[in-house]
Amino acid sequence: MNFKKILPQLLTLVVVILVFGFFSYNAQVNMENRGITFGYGFLSQESSFDVQFSLIEYDGSHSYFRAYLVGLLNTILVSVIGIVFATIIGVVVGIARLSNNYLIERTAAIYVEFFRNIPLLLQIFFWYFAALRALPLPEKAEPFFGVFFLTIKGFFVPAFIWNNLDIFIYSVIAAIIAIIFVRFYAKKKQENQGIQTPVLSISIGLLIILPLLSFLLGGVSASIEIPVIEQLSQTSFTYKGGLKLPPELISLALALSLYTATFIAECVRAGVQGVSKGQKEAAASIGLTPNQVLKLVVMPQALRIIIPPTTNQYLNLTKNSSLAAAIAYPDLVLVFAGTALMQTGRAIEIVSITMLTYLTLSITISIFMNWYNKKIAIKEK
Amino acid sequence: MNKLNFLSPDKKNLYTYLYSGISLFSLSILIVFLNSFFSLDLTSFLPGTINYFLPLIIGFMGLHLIRIEYSGIKFLDIINKNINTNKFNALLSLLIIFVVIKSIPPLLSWFIIDANFVGDSKDACSGSGACWAYIKTWFNRFMYGMYPNAEQWRINLSFIALAFLGGVGFFATEKFKKYLTLYYVIIYPIIAFLFIFFFISGGPIFFDFSYGIIAAVISIVIGFFIPSKFKMYYFLIIPITIYILLKYVFFYEELIELGKIQAFEWVETGAWGGLSLTFIVSFFCLIFCFPVGLFLSLGRRSDLPIIKYISIGFIEFWRGVPLITVLFMSSVMFPMFLPEDMFIDKLVRVIIAISLFEAAYVAEVIRGGLQALPRGQYDAAKSLGMGYWKMHIFVILPQALKLVIPGIANTFLALVKDTPLIFVVGLLEIVGMLNLAKTNPEWLGFAMEGYVFASIVFFIICYAMSKYSYNLEQKYKTER
Repeated sequence: MNFKKILPQLLTLVVVILVFGFFSYNAQVNMENRGITFGYGFLSQESSFDVQFSLIEYDGSHSYFRAYLVGLLNTILVSVIGIVFATIIGVVVGIARLSNNYLIERTAAIYVEFFRNIPLLLQIFFWYFAALRALPLPEKAEPFFGVFFLTIKGFFVPAFIWNNLDIFIYSVIAAIIAIIFVRFYAKKKQENQGIQTPVLSISIGLLIILPLLSFLLGGVSASIEIPVIEQLSQTSFTYKGGLKLPPELISLALALSLYTATFIAECVRAGVQGVSKGQKEAAASIGLTPNQVLKLVVMPQALRIIIPPTTNQYLNLTKNSSLAAAIAYPDLVLVFAGTALMQTGRAIEIVSITMLTYLTLSITISIFMNWYNKKIAIKEK
Repeated sequence: MNKLNFLSPDKKNLYTYLYSGISLFSLSILIVFLNSFFSLDLTSFLPGTINYFLPLIIGFMGLHLIRIEYSGIKFLDIINKNINTNKFNALLSLLIIFVVIKSIPPLLSWFIIDANFVGDSKDACSGSGACWAYIKTWFNRFMYGMYPNAEQWRINLSFIALAFLGGVGFFATEKFKKYLTLYYVIIYPIIAFLFIFFFISGGPIFFDFSYGIIAAVISIVIGFFIPSKFKMYYFLIIPITIYILLKYVFFYEELIELGKIQAFEWVETGAWGGLSLTFIVSFFCLIFCFPVGLFLSLGRRSDLPIIKYISIGFIEFWRGVPLITVLFMSSVMFPMFLPEDMFIDKLVRVIIAISLFEAAYVAEVIRGGLQALPRGQYDAAKSLGMGYWKMHIFVILPQALKLVIPGIANTFLALVKDTPLIFVVGLLEIVGMLNLAKTNPEWLGFAMEGYVFASIVFFIICYAMSKYSYNLEQKYKTER
């Protein structure tokens, strides 16, 4: 082997090992001095702290591991809400930026420039401390459509009370599986016989009919529970029944989706602009209708440009959701790296678990993305 | 006389359509305008819902009437082309115009007309508008944090001096242009650090770092006389040797005495804050993350396996975790990794953490540029007999970096926008100071003003940066 190639590698390796050795040696000494032993056994201990908002049953008598789960689920919840809204807003704004209407294009551009250039943390604070604080108290809240109550203590919306919810969910899953089969079949049919099947209308029909059947035949029923105001004490009111969305969740989801939507809008715009004009003209010249041009020629090519950076933005949104700690939304960072760390003092273990969780999340997504990119890449000969 | 058909206006009765359309359109705008600015309701005699949608209906009809293609009137054609191409566009245009007209008066009254500009206590703000007196009273804190009032001139002086030194590049003559990179990458950061250490922090005249600077200067001066064959080994060994010699052999005793002299009062980093801290943190992170990211990107594309995989691991690690956990790590976990007696200042730890974090992103951006270069460039450089470093410095990097200016600018913008996160370790830059001021019992209830103020400040900074990067991109754009 070449000496010139081995030397730099050896040097790097030695430096990295030295740094790691130095750190772990110090960590050992420090932990010995403080009388802590390294280990993840504390996860099964009783946590004895409470969390404001949780998707699964949790109180102080549960273990630290359960607290971790609560935080993780809350992170996933706010990320999913954020991703859904960011995608909707982002696509609409991205298309608006391509509009030939000057006013619409400018409005979209101003929105993008404005929300993109203000730190996300500031936006979260703005929604939480300034905008949502201007909402009325529960007893003074004017209901929207009679059932939605926007108050300073959170949003109260009607909740569904389900009977036989599982059958309903099975019916939705069955519909999705059926749609996949229909698509597969339609594609085969087109390849073999050149006949197109209206996949979209069939899919929508399936999605409506199967769950409807579950209502009619499967014994599923849903009733709506409307929140009702209730007096707790002389001056304190709240709503009972229905679903309560805490203001932390709302301001976080709002800020995350408005902020990320600007980036998604830019991705969408770049994607649609990235399809060359010749492609559209060629498609039109072989007699495709405008809808077909969009569906069969423009969108497949635009999506190839749009999807990779957009997934990156989803990943960013998920990571940014950790800013929840600033407004006390009980996400992974606040519950686990905050409260649990303060109680146990196990900095190394807890921070490493937290980082590993995010790392797993993003590496999974990036592996999936690499696979997807390979799949949709233009196959050149 | 042609027949008038109001459902499909055409060119034949152009002026009839035009006048009726424009008058309807103006009428709709007038209604909304009067309603919004003078709260006059011209059409209150109509039932509620119709009254509400009347301007929209009238305006829509008006726009419909003036939608005449190729009318020959230049102004009309421009309007039609830009806001009035079809029914849907006309409706959206009207909605946007009405929303803008509607939102001007409340915004105006909140920002200016009903706002309070004078006064130095909460009592001065009684109106329904914004309380700018609050910003005025707290302005010093928002800019300088807890830095002592009497010493704030030190921050101002340093920033002015650094801005001036940073602008040197614009005035450099052709002769000095080639040294500019060296200046900006090595000399300017050192000067900036010294300014911040001596002036803003008030550190002692002589300290550990000074030995390093002296050692570096001496070794660079001697370095000019070393044959280039040995230069690499020389720079690996000599500076450290000189440093050790200086510190432990030559002037040890005398310099310890010098090290106790302080020109200014010491202000610990915990007291720094406000916008000046935002600038300090972003400035140093910008400077550090770029070279680190550059080396990481080269490492990732290297064909030496160990270097390649270490770079990949490093980049993917930092890109996979949120910044807030990195800062958590630097504040609660990192001290565990250091010897007991070793203490690294909070601000330094934060700057290192953010720099490493952003370096991973910079590395990926630069890698994109490196990958975009055609292989021919590498082959051509190699065929001229260039080595790895010569090839990269003179051929590859200048082209690759030019390609990724927008990406790097975006990363830098993200960095500036990430600085408020340092509240995690207890450093309060402008957003942190806002939250502190908000909880002051004498100034409760002015959160909105504070956030609006900070938003404007950040918007100006970030918008200016993005526009500058756009200019830079245009300037270095070469046809390929």
